[in-house]
Amino acid sequence: MSIDIEKLYTDIKNGNENKIAKAITMVEDGTKNAIKLMEKVYKNVDPSYMIGISGPPGSGKSTLTQRIVQLWLKKDIKVGIIAIDPTSHFSGGALLGDRIRMNEIATDSGVFIRSMATRGSMGGLNSSIYDTVLLFSLAGYEYIIIETVGVGQNEIDIVKLADTTIFVTVPEAGDEIQAYKAGLMEVGDIFVVNKSDRPNSQQMVLTLEQLVSFKEGKDIWEPPVLSTNALKNEGVSDINKWINKHHTYLKDNNLLQESRKNVIKAQMINLMEKRLHEKYIKPILNDKKFGKYIDLIYKKQEDPYSVIKKLLSVD
Amino acid sequence: MEKKIKVLIAKPGLDGHDRGAKVIARGLKEAGMEVVYTGLRQTPEQIVRSAVQEDVDVIGLSILSGAHTYLFPEIMKRLKESNRDDIAVIAGGIIPEDDHKELKDLGIKAVFQPGTPISEIVDFIENEVN
Repeated sequence: MSIDIEKLYTDIKNGNENKIAKAITMVEDGTKNAIKLMEKVYKNVDPSYMIGISGPPGSGKSTLTQRIVQLWLKKDIKVGIIAIDPTSHFSGGALLGDRIRMNEIATDSGVFIRSMATRGSMGGLNSSIYDTVLLFSLAGYEYIIIETVGVGQNEIDIVKLADTTIFVTVPEAGDEIQAYKAGLMEVGDIFVVNKSDRPNSQQMVLTLEQLVSFKEGKDIWEPPVLSTNALKNEGVSDINKWINKHHTYLKDNNLLQESRKNVIKAQMINLMEKRLHEKYIKPILNDKKFGKYIDLIYKKQEDPYSVIKKLLSVD
Repeated sequence: MEKKIKVLIAKPGLDGHDRGAKVIARGLKEAGMEVVYTGLRQTPEQIVRSAVQEDVDVIGLSILSGAHTYLFPEIMKRLKESNRDDIAVIAGGIIPEDDHKELKDLGIKAVFQPGTPISEIVDFIENEVN
Protein backbone atom coordinates (compact mmCIF):
# COMPACT_ATOMS: atom_id res chain seq x y z
CA MET A 1 0.00 0.00 0.00
CA SER A 2 1.46 3.31 -1.04
CA ILE A 3 0.85 6.32 1.15
CA ASP A 4 1.67 10.01 0.94
CA ILE A 5 4.92 10.26 2.92
CA GLU A 6 5.08 14.07 2.77
CA LYS A 7 1.58 14.31 4.20
CA LEU A 8 2.36 11.80 6.92
CA TYR A 9 5.52 13.74 7.84
CA THR A 10 3.56 16.99 8.13
CA ASP A 11 0.79 15.34 10.17
CA ILE A 12 3.35 13.97 12.63
CA LYS A 13 5.03 17.36 12.84
CA ASN A 14 1.65 18.89 13.67
CA GLY A 15 1.27 16.44 16.54
CA ASN A 16 -1.52 14.29 15.06
CA GLU A 17 -1.64 11.40 17.56
CA ASN A 18 -3.27 8.93 15.18
CA LYS A 19 -0.52 9.48 12.63
CA ILE A 20 2.31 9.37 15.16
CA ALA A 21 0.92 6.06 16.44
CA LYS A 22 0.54 4.65 12.91
CA ALA A 23 4.07 5.71 11.98
CA ILE A 24 5.48 3.93 15.04
CA THR A 25 3.62 0.76 14.04
CA MET A 26 5.02 1.02 10.51
CA VAL A 27 8.52 1.33 11.93
CA GLU A 28 7.97 -1.64 14.26
CA ASP A 29 6.74 -3.76 11.37
CA GLY A 30 9.61 -2.60 9.16
CA THR A 31 7.41 -1.70 6.18
CA LYS A 32 8.70 -0.11 2.96
CA ASN A 33 6.71 3.04 3.75
CA ALA A 34 8.43 3.22 7.14
CA ILE A 35 11.81 3.24 5.42
CA LYS A 36 10.71 6.06 3.11
CA LEU A 37 9.43 8.06 6.05
CA MET A 38 12.54 7.50 8.14
CA GLU A 39 14.81 8.53 5.24
CA LYS A 40 13.22 11.94 5.47
CA VAL A 41 13.15 12.01 9.27
CA TYR A 42 16.87 11.23 9.70
CA LYS A 43 17.75 14.11 7.39
CA ASN A 44 15.50 16.67 9.06
CA VAL A 45 15.06 15.93 12.74
CA ASP A 46 17.28 16.54 15.77
CA PRO A 47 16.64 14.00 18.50
CA SER A 48 15.12 15.45 21.69
CA TYR A 49 16.80 14.84 25.03
CA MET A 50 16.65 11.12 25.85
CA ILE A 51 16.38 9.71 29.35
CA GLY A 52 16.70 5.99 30.01
CA ILE A 53 15.07 4.54 33.11
CA SER A 54 16.12 1.05 33.99
CA GLY A 55 16.14 -1.29 36.94
CA PRO A 56 14.80 -4.64 38.12
CA PRO A 57 11.11 -5.56 37.73
CA GLY A 58 8.99 -4.06 40.48
CA SER A 59 11.50 -1.40 41.50
CA GLY A 60 9.06 1.38 40.63
CA LYS A 61 10.28 2.55 37.22
CA SER A 62 6.84 3.30 35.79
CA THR A 63 5.63 5.02 38.97
CA LEU A 64 8.79 7.15 39.07
CA THR A 65 8.43 7.93 35.38
CA GLN A 66 4.93 9.21 36.06
CA ARG A 67 6.18 11.41 38.92
CA ILE A 68 9.07 12.84 36.89
CA VAL A 69 6.75 13.58 33.97
CA GLN A 70 4.20 15.30 36.24
CA LEU A 71 6.88 17.82 37.24
CA TRP A 72 7.61 18.61 33.59
CA LEU A 73 3.94 18.90 32.71
CA LYS A 74 3.59 21.64 35.32
CA LYS A 75 6.06 23.61 33.19
CA ASP A 76 4.20 22.74 29.97
CA ILE A 77 7.02 20.53 28.75
CA LYS A 78 5.80 17.81 26.39
CA VAL A 79 7.07 14.28 27.02
CA GLY A 80 7.13 11.13 24.94
CA ILE A 81 7.43 7.81 26.79
CA ILE A 82 8.56 4.53 25.27
CA ALA A 83 7.75 1.76 27.76
CA ILE A 84 9.49 -1.45 26.78
CA ASP A 85 8.58 -4.93 27.99
CA PRO A 86 10.07 -8.22 26.85
CA THR A 87 8.78 -10.37 23.99
CA SER A 88 8.29 -14.02 24.93
CA HIS A 89 10.87 -16.25 23.27
CA PHE A 90 8.32 -19.03 23.18
CA SER A 91 5.15 -17.46 21.80
CA GLY A 92 6.48 -14.24 20.28
CA GLY A 93 3.77 -12.43 22.24
CA ALA A 94 4.22 -9.82 24.95
CA LEU A 95 2.33 -8.45 27.91
CA LEU A 96 2.79 -4.69 28.05
CA GLY A 97 1.78 -3.48 31.49
CA ASP A 98 3.60 -0.23 32.15
CA ARG A 99 0.53 1.91 31.57
CA ILE A 100 -1.03 0.53 34.76
CA ARG A 101 1.28 2.78 36.81
CA MET A 102 0.93 5.82 34.59
CA ASN A 103 -2.81 6.41 34.75
CA GLU A 104 -2.45 9.86 36.31
CA ILE A 105 -0.74 11.21 33.20
CA ALA A 106 -2.39 9.00 30.58
CA THR A 107 -4.93 11.56 29.43
CA ASP A 108 -2.71 14.65 29.62
CA SER A 109 -2.40 16.20 26.18
CA GLY A 110 1.32 16.82 26.77
CA VAL A 111 2.14 13.13 27.07
CA PHE A 112 2.38 10.36 24.50
CA ILE A 113 2.89 6.88 25.97
CA ARG A 114 3.78 4.03 23.68
CA SER A 115 4.28 0.50 24.97
CA MET A 116 6.68 -1.55 22.92
CA ALA A 117 7.77 -5.18 22.93
CA THR A 118 11.49 -5.92 22.52
CA ARG A 119 10.81 -8.14 19.46
CA GLY A 120 14.42 -8.01 18.17
CA SER A 121 15.28 -11.67 18.22
CA MET A 122 18.87 -11.41 17.05
CA GLY A 123 20.46 -9.71 20.01
CA GLY A 124 21.37 -6.08 19.86
CA LEU A 125 18.85 -3.35 20.12
CA ASN A 126 15.50 -3.16 18.43
CA SER A 127 15.98 -0.50 15.78
CA SER A 128 12.43 0.76 16.11
CA ILE A 129 13.22 2.28 19.52
CA TYR A 130 15.53 4.96 18.17
CA ASP A 131 13.28 5.51 15.16
CA THR A 132 10.42 6.11 17.59
CA VAL A 133 12.60 8.60 19.48
CA LEU A 134 13.03 10.52 16.23
CA LEU A 135 9.31 10.40 15.44
CA PHE A 136 8.51 11.79 18.91
CA SER A 137 11.16 14.46 18.38
CA LEU A 138 9.57 15.43 15.07
CA ALA A 139 6.20 15.68 16.82
CA GLY A 140 7.63 18.20 19.29
CA TYR A 141 8.12 16.12 22.44
CA GLU A 142 10.95 17.86 24.31
CA TYR A 143 11.94 14.98 26.56
CA ILE A 144 11.78 11.32 25.67
CA ILE A 145 11.84 8.67 28.36
CA ILE A 146 12.81 5.14 27.46
CA GLU A 147 11.78 2.80 30.24
CA THR A 148 13.00 -0.75 30.32
CA VAL A 149 13.66 -3.70 32.62
CA GLY A 150 17.35 -3.98 33.30
CA VAL A 151 18.15 -7.54 32.39
CA GLY A 152 20.51 -8.68 29.68
CA GLN A 153 22.63 -7.18 26.98
CA ASN A 154 19.63 -6.07 24.93
CA GLU A 155 18.56 -3.82 27.71
CA ILE A 156 22.01 -2.35 28.20
CA ASP A 157 22.06 -1.44 24.52
CA ILE A 158 18.71 0.28 24.87
CA VAL A 159 19.88 2.20 27.89
CA LYS A 160 23.04 3.29 26.11
CA LEU A 161 20.84 5.16 23.66
CA ALA A 162 19.90 7.63 26.33
CA ASP A 163 21.70 10.88 27.13
CA THR A 164 20.98 10.46 30.83
CA THR A 165 20.48 6.99 32.26
CA ILE A 166 18.71 6.54 35.57
CA PHE A 167 19.14 3.25 37.36
CA VAL A 168 16.35 2.49 39.83
CA THR A 169 16.75 -0.11 42.52
CA VAL A 170 15.15 -1.04 45.84
CA PRO A 171 16.51 -1.57 49.37
CA GLU A 172 16.06 -5.34 49.13
CA ALA A 173 17.95 -5.69 45.85
CA GLY A 174 20.75 -7.62 47.56
CA ASP A 175 24.06 -7.17 49.32
CA GLU A 176 27.02 -5.23 48.00
CA ILE A 177 28.33 -8.17 45.98
CA GLN A 178 25.14 -8.21 43.91
CA ALA A 179 25.62 -4.53 43.28
CA TYR A 180 29.29 -4.90 42.34
CA LYS A 181 28.52 -7.43 39.63
CA ALA A 182 29.00 -6.07 36.15
CA GLY A 183 25.95 -4.91 34.30
CA LEU A 184 23.59 -2.04 34.26
CA MET A 185 25.14 -0.59 37.38
CA GLU A 186 28.02 0.45 35.14
CA VAL A 187 25.94 2.59 32.84
CA GLY A 188 23.92 4.66 35.32
CA ASP A 189 24.35 8.46 35.40
CA ILE A 190 21.90 8.80 38.28
CA PHE A 191 21.12 6.09 40.83
CA VAL A 192 17.82 5.98 42.65
CA VAL A 193 16.98 3.83 45.65
CA ASN A 194 13.19 3.79 45.54
CA LYS A 195 10.78 2.66 48.27
CA SER A 196 12.75 4.64 50.85
CA ASP A 197 10.28 3.69 53.60
CA ARG A 198 11.53 0.09 53.53
CA PRO A 199 14.15 -1.14 56.02
CA ASN A 200 17.80 -0.99 54.90
CA SER A 201 17.09 1.77 52.44
CA GLN A 202 19.88 3.96 53.81
CA GLN A 203 22.28 1.00 53.72
CA MET A 204 21.54 0.49 50.02
CA VAL A 205 22.24 4.17 49.38
CA LEU A 206 25.62 3.84 51.12
CA THR A 207 26.48 0.66 49.20
CA LEU A 208 25.76 2.39 45.90
CA GLU A 209 27.69 5.50 46.90
CA GLN A 210 30.74 3.32 47.52
CA LEU A 211 30.22 1.62 44.17
CA VAL A 212 30.03 4.80 42.13
CA SER A 213 33.01 6.37 43.87
CA PHE A 214 35.15 3.58 42.38
CA LYS A 215 34.19 4.52 38.84
CA GLU A 216 37.34 5.44 36.96
CA GLY A 217 38.20 7.04 33.65
CA LYS A 218 38.46 10.45 32.08
CA ASP A 219 34.77 10.82 32.77
CA ILE A 220 34.51 13.18 35.70
CA TRP A 221 30.77 12.81 36.21
CA GLU A 222 30.11 11.39 39.65
CA PRO A 223 26.68 9.77 39.66
CA PRO A 224 24.51 10.87 42.58
CA VAL A 225 22.65 8.28 44.63
CA LEU A 226 19.15 9.52 45.42
CA SER A 227 16.52 8.18 47.76
CA THR A 228 12.85 8.35 46.71
CA ASN A 229 9.39 7.13 47.58
CA ALA A 230 7.58 7.32 44.25
CA LEU A 231 4.17 6.36 45.63
CA LYS A 232 4.23 9.17 48.21
CA ASN A 233 5.98 11.47 45.75
CA GLU A 234 8.99 12.04 48.01
CA GLY A 235 12.42 12.96 46.67
CA VAL A 236 11.34 12.97 43.02
CA SER A 237 12.14 16.63 42.31
CA ASP A 238 15.80 15.78 43.09
CA ILE A 239 15.81 13.45 40.09
CA ASN A 240 14.63 16.24 37.78
CA LYS A 241 17.32 18.56 39.18
CA TRP A 242 20.03 15.97 38.56
CA ILE A 243 18.76 15.30 35.03
CA ASN A 244 19.25 19.01 34.33
CA LYS A 245 22.70 18.95 35.92
CA HIS A 246 23.75 15.97 33.84
CA HIS A 247 22.38 17.60 30.69
CA THR A 248 24.46 20.72 31.42
CA TYR A 249 27.51 18.58 32.14
CA LEU A 250 27.19 16.79 28.78
CA LYS A 251 26.77 20.07 26.92
CA ASP A 252 29.65 21.83 28.71
CA ASN A 253 32.04 18.98 27.94
CA ASN A 254 30.91 18.47 24.35
CA LEU A 255 29.88 14.94 25.25
CA LEU A 256 26.41 15.20 23.78
CA GLN A 257 27.71 15.08 20.20
CA GLU A 258 29.88 12.10 21.00
CA SER A 259 27.01 10.19 22.57
CA ARG A 260 24.70 10.99 19.65
CA LYS A 261 27.32 9.68 17.20
CA ASN A 262 27.59 6.49 19.23
CA VAL A 263 23.84 6.07 18.98
CA ILE A 264 23.99 6.44 15.19
CA LYS A 265 26.80 3.91 15.06
CA ALA A 266 24.80 1.41 17.14
CA GLN A 267 21.76 1.99 14.95
CA MET A 268 23.84 1.42 11.79
CA ILE A 269 25.26 -1.87 13.07
CA ASN A 270 21.85 -2.94 14.12
CA LEU A 271 20.18 -2.09 10.82
CA MET A 272 22.97 -3.76 8.85
CA GLU A 273 22.58 -6.95 10.89
CA LYS A 274 18.86 -6.87 10.32
CA ARG A 275 19.23 -6.46 6.57
CA LEU A 276 21.89 -9.15 6.33
CA HIS A 277 19.68 -11.47 8.29
CA GLU A 278 16.71 -10.81 6.02
CA LYS A 279 18.72 -11.17 2.85
CA TYR A 280 21.07 -14.05 3.60
CA ILE A 281 20.20 -15.96 6.76
CA LYS A 282 16.41 -16.08 6.60
CA PRO A 283 16.27 -17.75 3.16
CA ILE A 284 18.69 -20.41 4.42
CA LEU A 285 16.56 -21.04 7.51
CA ASN A 286 13.46 -21.36 5.35
CA ASP A 287 15.13 -23.79 2.95
CA LYS A 288 14.39 -27.50 3.45
CA LYS A 289 18.08 -28.25 3.00
CA PHE A 290 18.78 -26.55 6.33
CA GLY A 291 16.96 -29.30 8.26
CA LYS A 292 18.88 -31.95 6.35
CA TYR A 293 22.17 -30.32 7.34
CA ILE A 294 21.10 -30.37 10.99
CA ASP A 295 20.44 -34.11 10.66
CA LEU A 296 23.81 -34.70 9.02
CA ILE A 297 25.60 -32.80 11.78
CA TYR A 298 23.65 -34.74 14.39
CA LYS A 299 24.72 -38.02 12.74
CA LYS A 300 28.32 -36.80 12.76
CA GLN A 301 28.52 -36.92 8.94
CA GLU A 302 29.00 -33.16 8.77
CA ASP A 303 30.20 -30.35 11.02
CA PRO A 304 28.76 -26.85 11.37
CA TYR A 305 31.91 -25.09 10.16
CA SER A 306 32.05 -26.90 6.81
CA VAL A 307 28.31 -26.51 6.26
CA ILE A 308 28.44 -22.76 6.91
CA LYS A 309 31.35 -22.42 4.48
CA LYS A 310 29.13 -23.92 1.79
CA LEU A 311 25.97 -22.06 2.74
CA LEU A 312 27.46 -18.61 3.02
CA SER A 313 30.42 -18.99 0.64
CA VAL A 314 32.83 -17.80 3.35
CA ASP A 315 36.19 -19.11 4.55
CA MET B 1 9.77 -8.11 11.13
CA GLU B 2 6.29 -9.40 10.53
CA LYS B 3 3.11 -7.69 11.58
CA LYS B 4 1.96 -8.56 15.10
CA ILE B 5 -1.59 -8.32 16.34
CA LYS B 6 -1.83 -5.73 19.12
CA VAL B 7 -4.69 -5.82 21.61
CA LEU B 8 -5.74 -3.46 24.39
CA ILE B 9 -7.43 -5.19 27.31
CA ALA B 10 -9.33 -2.60 29.30
CA LYS B 11 -11.53 -2.54 32.37
CA PRO B 12 -14.03 0.32 32.03
CA GLY B 13 -15.82 1.67 35.07
CA LEU B 14 -15.75 0.92 38.72
CA ASP B 15 -15.71 -2.83 39.20
CA GLY B 16 -12.64 -4.08 41.00
CA HIS B 17 -12.20 -7.59 39.65
CA ASP B 18 -9.72 -8.23 36.88
CA ARG B 19 -8.89 -11.90 37.11
CA GLY B 20 -10.82 -12.55 33.90
CA ALA B 21 -9.10 -9.68 32.09
CA LYS B 22 -5.68 -10.94 33.23
CA VAL B 23 -6.44 -14.49 32.08
CA ILE B 24 -7.44 -13.20 28.66
CA ALA B 25 -4.36 -10.95 28.48
CA ARG B 26 -2.10 -13.89 29.24
CA GLY B 27 -3.91 -16.19 26.85
CA LEU B 28 -3.58 -13.74 23.96
CA LYS B 29 0.11 -13.23 24.78
CA GLU B 30 0.64 -17.00 24.65
CA ALA B 31 -1.02 -16.93 21.24
CA GLY B 32 1.72 -14.56 20.03
CA MET B 33 -0.10 -11.24 20.35
CA GLU B 34 1.18 -8.04 21.91
CA VAL B 35 -1.22 -7.21 24.72
CA VAL B 36 -1.46 -3.86 26.49
CA TYR B 37 -3.18 -4.04 29.87
CA THR B 38 -4.05 -0.73 31.51
CA GLY B 39 -5.40 -1.87 34.89
CA LEU B 40 -8.61 -1.30 36.80
CA ARG B 41 -11.12 1.56 36.72
CA GLN B 42 -10.51 3.12 33.34
CA THR B 43 -12.61 5.94 31.96
CA PRO B 44 -13.78 5.82 28.33
CA GLU B 45 -11.38 8.72 27.68
CA GLN B 46 -8.40 6.76 29.05
CA ILE B 47 -9.33 3.64 27.07
CA VAL B 48 -9.70 5.45 23.75
CA ARG B 49 -6.53 7.50 24.17
CA SER B 50 -4.54 4.36 25.03
CA ALA B 51 -5.98 2.60 21.98
CA VAL B 52 -5.01 5.53 19.74
CA GLN B 53 -1.47 5.94 21.07
CA GLU B 54 -0.79 2.21 21.09
CA ASP B 55 -2.36 1.82 17.62
CA VAL B 56 -4.07 -1.44 18.59
CA ASP B 57 -6.00 -3.65 16.20
CA VAL B 58 -8.47 -4.80 18.82
CA ILE B 59 -9.91 -3.52 22.11
CA GLY B 60 -11.19 -6.12 24.56
CA LEU B 61 -13.50 -4.63 27.19
CA SER B 62 -13.96 -6.62 30.38
CA ILE B 63 -16.83 -5.57 32.61
CA LEU B 64 -18.60 -7.13 35.57
CA SER B 65 -20.39 -4.14 37.05
CA GLY B 66 -23.45 -4.08 34.84
CA ALA B 67 -22.66 -0.61 33.52
CA HIS B 68 -21.94 -1.82 29.97
CA THR B 69 -24.94 -0.17 28.36
CA TYR B 70 -23.81 3.12 29.91
CA LEU B 71 -20.04 2.93 29.32
CA PHE B 72 -19.77 1.13 25.98
CA PRO B 73 -21.72 3.73 23.94
CA GLU B 74 -19.38 6.41 25.30
CA ILE B 75 -16.32 4.40 24.29
CA MET B 76 -17.70 3.76 20.80
CA LYS B 77 -18.58 7.45 20.41
CA ARG B 78 -15.09 8.56 21.40
CA LEU B 79 -13.48 6.03 19.05
CA LYS B 80 -15.49 7.50 16.21
CA GLU B 81 -14.57 11.06 17.21
CA SER B 82 -10.90 10.00 17.18
CA ASN B 83 -11.32 8.52 13.69
CA ARG B 84 -10.41 5.10 15.03
CA ASP B 85 -13.73 3.30 14.68
CA ASP B 86 -11.81 0.87 12.48
CA ILE B 87 -10.49 -0.78 15.66
CA ALA B 88 -12.44 -3.97 16.38
CA VAL B 89 -14.09 -3.88 19.80
CA ILE B 90 -15.03 -7.07 21.62
CA ALA B 91 -16.45 -7.52 25.10
CA GLY B 92 -16.55 -10.05 27.91
CA GLY B 93 -17.50 -10.42 31.55
CA ILE B 94 -20.97 -10.50 33.01
CA ILE B 95 -23.18 -9.23 30.22
CA PRO B 96 -26.77 -10.56 30.13
CA GLU B 97 -27.84 -12.03 26.81
CA ASP B 98 -30.72 -9.57 26.65
CA ASP B 99 -28.17 -6.79 26.15
CA HIS B 100 -26.08 -8.46 23.42
CA LYS B 101 -28.13 -7.11 20.54
CA GLU B 102 -27.95 -3.57 21.86
CA LEU B 103 -24.16 -3.82 22.13
CA LYS B 104 -23.79 -5.35 18.67
CA ASP B 105 -25.92 -2.54 17.25
CA LEU B 106 -23.35 -0.16 18.74
CA GLY B 107 -20.70 -1.84 16.61
CA ILE B 108 -19.24 -4.25 19.16
CA LYS B 109 -18.13 -7.26 17.15
CA ALA B 110 -18.59 -10.00 19.73
CA VAL B 111 -19.66 -10.55 23.32
CA PHE B 112 -18.00 -13.50 25.02
CA GLN B 113 -19.61 -15.22 27.98
CA PRO B 114 -17.78 -16.60 31.03
CA GLY B 115 -16.35 -20.04 30.24
CA THR B 116 -15.48 -19.24 26.62
CA PRO B 117 -12.29 -21.12 25.68
CA ILE B 118 -9.43 -18.70 25.00
CA SER B 119 -8.78 -20.42 21.67
CA GLU B 120 -12.22 -19.27 20.50
CA ILE B 121 -11.32 -15.64 21.29
CA VAL B 122 -7.91 -16.03 19.61
CA ASP B 123 -9.55 -17.41 16.46
CA PHE B 124 -12.10 -14.62 16.43
CA ILE B 125 -9.42 -11.93 16.74
CA GLU B 126 -7.22 -13.49 14.07
CA ASN B 127 -10.15 -13.69 11.66
CA GLU B 128 -11.22 -10.15 12.44
CA VAL B 129 -7.74 -8.66 11.90
CA ASN B 130 -6.74 -10.62 8.78
